[in-house]
Amino acid sequence: MTDLYEQQRAMRAMRTAAMQRGVVAILDVGTSKISCLVLRFDGPDHFRDADGVGAMAGQSAFRIIGAATTRSRGVRFGEIDAMQETERAIRTAVQAAQKMANIRVDHVIACFSGAQPRSYGLAGSVELEGTSVSENDVARVLASCDVPDFGEGREVLHAQPVNFALDHRSGLGDPRGHVGNRLSVDMHLLTADSAVIRNLLYCIKRCDLEVAGLASSAYVAGISALVEDEQELGAACIDLGGGATGLSIFMKKHMIYGDSVRLGGDHVTQDISKGLQVPLATAERIKTFYGGVHATGMDDREKIEIGGDTGDWEHDRRTVSRAELIGIMRPRVEEILEEVRGCLDAAGFEHLPSQQIVLTGGGSQIPGLDGLAPKILGQQVRIGRPLRVQGLPQSVTGGAFASSVGLCLFAAHPQDEWWDFDIPTDSYPARSLRRAVKWFKDNW
Amino acid sequence: MQPMTATRPAPAAAKRDPAPSRVAYKAHRLWLTPLFRQLMRVGVPVFLLTMAVGWYFSNPTNRFAIMEKVQEVRRSVEERPEFMVKLMAVEGASPVVSDAIRQMIPVDFPVSSFDLDLDAMQAEVAELDVIERVDLRIRPGGVLEVAVTERTPVVLWRAATGLEMLDATGHRVASISARNGRADLPLLAGSGAQDDVPEALALLAAAGPLARDIRGLVRMGERRWDIVLDGEQRIQLPEQNPVQALEQVIALDQAQDLLARNLTFIDMRNPARPTLRMAAPAVEELRRIKGLELGGPAQ
Repeated sequence: MTDLYEQQRAMRAMRTAAMQRGVVAILDVGTSKISCLVLRFDGPDHFRDADGVGAMAGQSAFRIIGAATTRSRGVRFGEIDAMQETERAIRTAVQAAQKMANIRVDHVIACFSGAQPRSYGLAGSVELEGTSVSENDVARVLASCDVPDFGEGREVLHAQPVNFALDHRSGLGDPRGHVGNRLSVDMHLLTADSAVIRNLLYCIKRCDLEVAGLASSAYVAGISALVEDEQELGAACIDLGGGATGLSIFMKKHMIYGDSVRLGGDHVTQDISKGLQVPLATAERIKTFYGGVHATGMDDREKIEIGGDTGDWEHDRRTVSRAELIGIMRPRVEEILEEVRGCLDAAGFEHLPSQQIVLTGGGSQIPGLDGLAPKILGQQVRIGRPLRVQGLPQSVTGGAFASSVGLCLFAAHPQDEWWDFDIPTDSYPARSLRRAVKWFKDNW
Repeated sequence: MQPMTATRPAPAAAKRDPAPSRVAYKAHRLWLTPLFRQLMRVGVPVFLLTMAVGWYFSNPTNRFAIMEKVQEVRRSVEERPEFMVKLMAVEGASPVVSDAIRQMIPVDFPVSSFDLDLDAMQAEVAELDVIERVDLRIRPGGVLEVAVTERTPVVLWRAATGLEMLDATGHRVASISARNGRADLPLLAGSGAQDDVPEALALLAAAGPLARDIRGLVRMGERRWDIVLDGEQRIQLPEQNPVQALEQVIALDQAQDLLARNLTFIDMRNPARPTLRMAAPAVEELRRIKGLELGGPAQ
């Protein structure tokens, strides 16, 4: 626990250093693509005060000065599978982004979609020391949360205080200064597989970069794809990625649930590849050019040349109708959406006041998905694209870059996490006090 | 048969996106480091240039070649006809002085005006005692003009080394072999006489009626003047206000015909108490007359 605390604090310190230097890169390690954006911070002056506990981590306006995307290599299900390959892909993306920005980047904030994120709700409460809530009280109440046993080999990725309650008043964003007796907190904890995290950290380290933060891709996609009222009233963001589909539920501008389904666009491509007996690259091309989930009579007549280079004329001149392609894709897309539906049900999404669902990610670009998704997920479904941020190239504005853009917002304006608050004074080991006394004795 | 739908062009193959090698990646990052970049763009070229120039100049042959070239260009400019001086004109000098100046400035004309050191030449010419003031300039047309003002001798000075002519300020003008050479000039004698020529001139001007009789002025002890008259008579003047003392003597002479008497010294060193010294025969005569008056034994 303390170890994680230290590690996350070190990342926060690194992020502060990056903000001071004014340049930070964000790295979205996905299954189908790795994208790197270089941000330049303009300083904290242009940022309005946000709601919530307040900006413990600091915030800044920013501008994107470099962007690069490369085909991902060695990543499966959003987890690093072949370290060398991934390292090379990261290098490619970072170098291209650096070249575009014409500046050297040393700090990077990364996100990944896999690693089986798991959500926990934590609650803690504590009696106030004084009459009003002080910083130390907030720290104490956060420390009083009983951490669930999330098992061996897992690490905390996010730990955000979602709600504060003082006596009988709940829903406080920032309890500091309030008068009351008993402060309680609800916290959302997201854990991930530590091996995956360690692999990613190792890959980034091999590229001579310092990690200034880690985030779950589902979370950051939600930040960028959900509009403000959706985040406030409650909405789910479904990030249809290549190897994994991320799911995050937002309420009161906080993520309250995050999960991921280990299915994605790559599975659709695999189905096409197997069904039509074409290479994966051709299948991917056919999927992006002709793909869909809703067949019409017109699609029966549209023939797609699927080609081949065996030298066998019959084999190389094969064609397939678009209806057949849709017939291959649709069951898999339905399966993904049904898995997501299962996750949403498990999370109790139907109890939220607003049940908006936003589909984003590369998979959301399948034509006809806006007709298929409401049949499975419910009526309030829309296709989301990431927020527009300053300096974003046109090629990076698509739904596939929701988590990249979200990571930019996360880098510039992170929500307060557990480790942004001070360690409560009573949990400092007594030894350090004794050491201080000894130091005074030695030196005076 | 035409297909019902237009065949779409096959998309281009996926863009080649080769990963940079570790070394290339590191080199690129290094190149993007501002300090390193500055070093490579400014530091290294400056260093190389300095080294190259330094190496070139460290070889004496190259150095001499460059110096020679510079000299050659310099000479070619200096020796343009516009800058050449063809002759020298001495103005305001007597023929003797003019010849002396021409000998002192041995320049082989024509010569470039850059090679003439006018200041040094002026200093050299000004060292001549006879020259009061000399101006050298190069007149348009390539003429070196030497404008000279000569000193005019006003007195002769019989110094220990010989007979000199002095001007009104006491500066030496020239030597002269005999007094007769310039009989028109008054004569001074005694060491230190040259330091106070204006006073001597004032005395001579004041001497007026005595002027015919004055043989010369003698500086005594480098502080006061004696006027030596014909017939071994001397007027000893005081340090202070010698002119008034002289006028006093002239007044006495005009009133009582003082100088016609048998006197050797008229001592005005104390102007309040003029003292006379008679010649030896006069003293004896005076004594004899006194003896007679006192009824002493007549000789």
